[in-house]
Amino acid sequence: MTTLTPTSETLGQRVLHGLGGFAKARETGILLALVVVVVAATARNPGFVFSADGFRDLLLTPSILLLVAVGQAIVIITRNVDLSVGSTVGLTAYLTGRLFIDVPDIPVPLVFLAGILLGGFLGLVNGALVAFAKVPALVITLGTLYAYRGINVLWAGSDRINASDMPKEFLGLGTAQILYIPVLTLIAVFVLVVAGWYLRTQRGGRELYAIGSDPAAAHLYGLKVTQRVLTAFILCGALAGLAGVLFVARYGTVNSQVGSGYELTAVGAAVIGGVAIFGGSGTVWGAAIGAYLLFTINRALPILGVQDFWQRAVVGVLIISAIVLDRVLAVRSTRKLVEARDN
Amino acid sequence: MAEPRTYKDYSRPLWRRVLLTREMAVIAALVLVWIWAYTQVPYFAAPITLTYLLLDIAPILLMALPMTLIIITGEIDLSVASVVGLSSVLLGTLHQGGMPIELAAIIAIVVGALAGALNGFLITVVGLPSLAVTIGSLALYRGLAVGLLGTTAVTDFTAAWKDFAKSKLFGTPIPTIILIFVILAVAFAVLLHFTPFGRGVYAIGLSPEAARFSGVNVERTKFILFVLSGAVAALAGIYFTLRFGSARGDNATGMELGVIAAVLLGGVSIFGGRGGLHGVIAAVILIGALSSALRLASVTSDVINIITGALLIASVVSTSVLAWVRRKRIRPGGRKTGSLAAAKG
Amino acid sequence: MFHTKARAGAVTAITVAVALLATGCAAATPGGGDAGGDGDANLAITFVPKNLGNAYFDTSDAGGEEAIKEFGGTYDEQAPATGSPDGQVSFINTLTQQGVGGLAVSANDPTAICDALNEARDAGVKVVTFDSDTDAECRDIFINQATAEGIAKIQVDLITEQIGDAGQIAILSATANATNQNLWIDLMKEELEANHPDVELVEVVYGDDDDQTSFDKTAALLQTYPELKGIVSPTTVGIAAAARYLSTSEFKGKVALTGLGTPNQMRDYIEDETVTAFALWNPADLGYLAAYAAKALIEGDITGAEGDEFEAGKLGSFTVGENGTVLLGDPYTFNADNIADFNF
Repeated sequence: MTTLTPTSETLGQRVLHGLGGFAKARETGILLALVVVVVAATARNPGFVFSADGFRDLLLTPSILLLVAVGQAIVIITRNVDLSVGSTVGLTAYLTGRLFIDVPDIPVPLVFLAGILLGGFLGLVNGALVAFAKVPALVITLGTLYAYRGINVLWAGSDRINASDMPKEFLGLGTAQILYIPVLTLIAVFVLVVAGWYLRTQRGGRELYAIGSDPAAAHLYGLKVTQRVLTAFILCGALAGLAGVLFVARYGTVNSQVGSGYELTAVGAAVIGGVAIFGGSGTVWGAAIGAYLLFTINRALPILGVQDFWQRAVVGVLIISAIVLDRVLAVRSTRKLVEARDN
Repeated sequence: MAEPRTYKDYSRPLWRRVLLTREMAVIAALVLVWIWAYTQVPYFAAPITLTYLLLDIAPILLMALPMTLIIITGEIDLSVASVVGLSSVLLGTLHQGGMPIELAAIIAIVVGALAGALNGFLITVVGLPSLAVTIGSLALYRGLAVGLLGTTAVTDFTAAWKDFAKSKLFGTPIPTIILIFVILAVAFAVLLHFTPFGRGVYAIGLSPEAARFSGVNVERTKFILFVLSGAVAALAGIYFTLRFGSARGDNATGMELGVIAAVLLGGVSIFGGRGGLHGVIAAVILIGALSSALRLASVTSDVINIITGALLIASVVSTSVLAWVRRKRIRPGGRKTGSLAAAKG
Repeated sequence: MFHTKARAGAVTAITVAVALLATGCAAATPGGGDAGGDGDANLAITFVPKNLGNAYFDTSDAGGEEAIKEFGGTYDEQAPATGSPDGQVSFINTLTQQGVGGLAVSANDPTAICDALNEARDAGVKVVTFDSDTDAECRDIFINQATAEGIAKIQVDLITEQIGDAGQIAILSATANATNQNLWIDLMKEELEANHPDVELVEVVYGDDDDQTSFDKTAALLQTYPELKGIVSPTTVGIAAAARYLSTSEFKGKVALTGLGTPNQMRDYIEDETVTAFALWNPADLGYLAAYAAKALIEGDITGAEGDEFEAGKLGSFTVGENGTVLLGDPYTFNADNIADFNF
């Protein structure tokens, strides 16, 4: 048996190692793409970044989707998917509006809590059906997508909640800034950091990766698969719920169609950000950058002179390129590992 | 000495094998719903209701045919509705540019087939998972459709073609498009049940490796299925455009979910390898009949969505629950059985 | 075996139970579905606006409801959630099946719903369009809120006045196919060319009568055209969303905003000086008149031919003009002086 001698790296080597890892990371590529887009748009119109509105909108608009994308990433990592997030956002947004109208002087934090709880509950329903009934998440969340949206429309009817019905402080949150950074963005980034930390360092988080990589092995290994999957869905739902509350703060108007289509954008953001659709790899950071990239492209296209109608096509190309790239990298790394093993 | 046991002691009687299937349950549900609607819902009994119903569900009926085969092989195609939109836009822009509808329609179908071929290429040759690929192509094709036309709609189609799309067969309330559907359905049924290709489809769904070793060309089969899916979706798009007289980039947005919901409700297993067209067709008509009846009974369309979602969940969960019960009966005092089944897909 | 029987039974039972439950709901839901075909005239009139959740149509349809209550008919409102042309078709089909007496429709597209409307008319349903017309062959009467020229001119006048008759402006419209929008936009372009040579229309963007889209499109406009001086939004959803964005942006007060808006939605923005003036008519009157026109058609008093006269309750009597059009009146300008007087 060979003896293993520990190698000690100098600080400099460690830094280089870390930087190298950073450079090779999938997420860095996306970050670069984001930077390129921002630079291109700013070159055309400096106001894109260097005006008060521009900077604010740059950070603010994607924040809502960022939350949804992070939640979606968590679920995808466990080799599931949650197609009902859009409907969850819609329901919680309507709940938010309704609470402010029907319960005058309700404290704002309470509304936040209500939105998160409702979202978490809707996620719980999904998770329970997936974990206990052992039905693929695609099917379950397809059903709940319909059902939740239907409940939303049934509840809202043709009502529309207007910005004028909302308390001013709440709407103010939508555009308030602390040191030039919008409050909503701060909330979103805070959640992102916590999620990233949890997934990377905490046992529960790392087990999610294990479950996504190989559910059978995870089960045999003794991991509490059911519990973890349930948690993942609850988190996803809760984040979607928070996104719904923030939506109302930002836009002020709520009708029964809020959130339609968010699920596919969230999945797209996650996939672009390096979260493998088969689970087991990727980070919430990547999903967050993916969300930012998608929305920033949306805003940059008109400035670059491209009709914004082409935005969806650009997103489609990005998603396909991302998964092709992932596949190429995966094949290459498998080949390298095989070579290393055989040598 | 005891009588030697024959196979007849082990297999279920024919009537059980035919009638007590998931598909039969859906067909029975359809019959029950139809009877209820016919007698309880005002105006449902009118022949025009059947016409509107069939006109409404025709695109989903068409797209459900190749989708069934795709899901049986264990893949999925989320981009069908975007191909509908794309073919709709192509039909509109080409016709507006002066091209006769017939030629524009053929081009639209060819483009649909190419769209399916791109999906097929990425899935079979590059080896990407179909869920991810078709999410990407859903965005791409829809994006091309919206990009080409913006949010304008092309609405001046010749009356003759619009009338044809809504025409009925010889004085029956059945629309002509259903005839086209029936021909395609028969073709797909024959393909699935009476050809080696079809048996290959089932084999791939049950185990791609085993199918490969049995000589089934897995890649080619899947590729062909995705091409078919694209072409049929384009055909549905042409019909949709002519029926509403409006070519728009966001036509049929979200319809892929309706197609998949119907296929799954109709007894096709999401894990692949199981299911048949009869259940799927019954499921499409069931959802259509429920929607139509509820709309006539002045129940709002959102309730219809809730019901569709609930039905889908209930049907899939009930299968799971019953399988669990069955496992319990075989192994009472349950040691937890492995979740290998859940690990797949 | 137990599981297949139970499986079959489970699916059937669930379906039937759900369907029965839904009928139960239907019985409890009030609706104009079972329109009384008995009686001399079928006064079941359904309003089909462009989409649901639009304050403008809520007001117009409420006006229609008031009229219908006055003359003892049955009121209902059906519309798709988004303003797409084909969305209205399935509702019109259902209403045809249910045999309503009359429809009051604001069309998302001049030709797309034509076939459905003609099928309705063949089945004896009277079709009145209001606010946004279809081709004349598909309906019996069109209730126009004001002349298209008048609507276009008043908005052009307002915006050019507010920007000092020189500079770049943009239009935030509703959906790309809406008949009334396109007609007004064309007339606005003509008016600008003829009388305001120093004002340049840089772009027309579409907010789809969706609040969030209009909001984001306004942001995009301001980003893309740093020299923009004014925005015209001839749709109440668009102007409200644009005002909301402007009032929290650095362009407030620097970029003028006008168009067609409802007093209640715009009051805050007049007060905080994001908007100085905007125009509209009374949508409630529009719906009211549409309902009375439908009633007159159903009862056979008029056929929609030029010169026909009919009574419209508190609004007085109206005469059908050419092309089956009935004119409500003139547009009205709202500003800080008079906005407190209105509540719709």
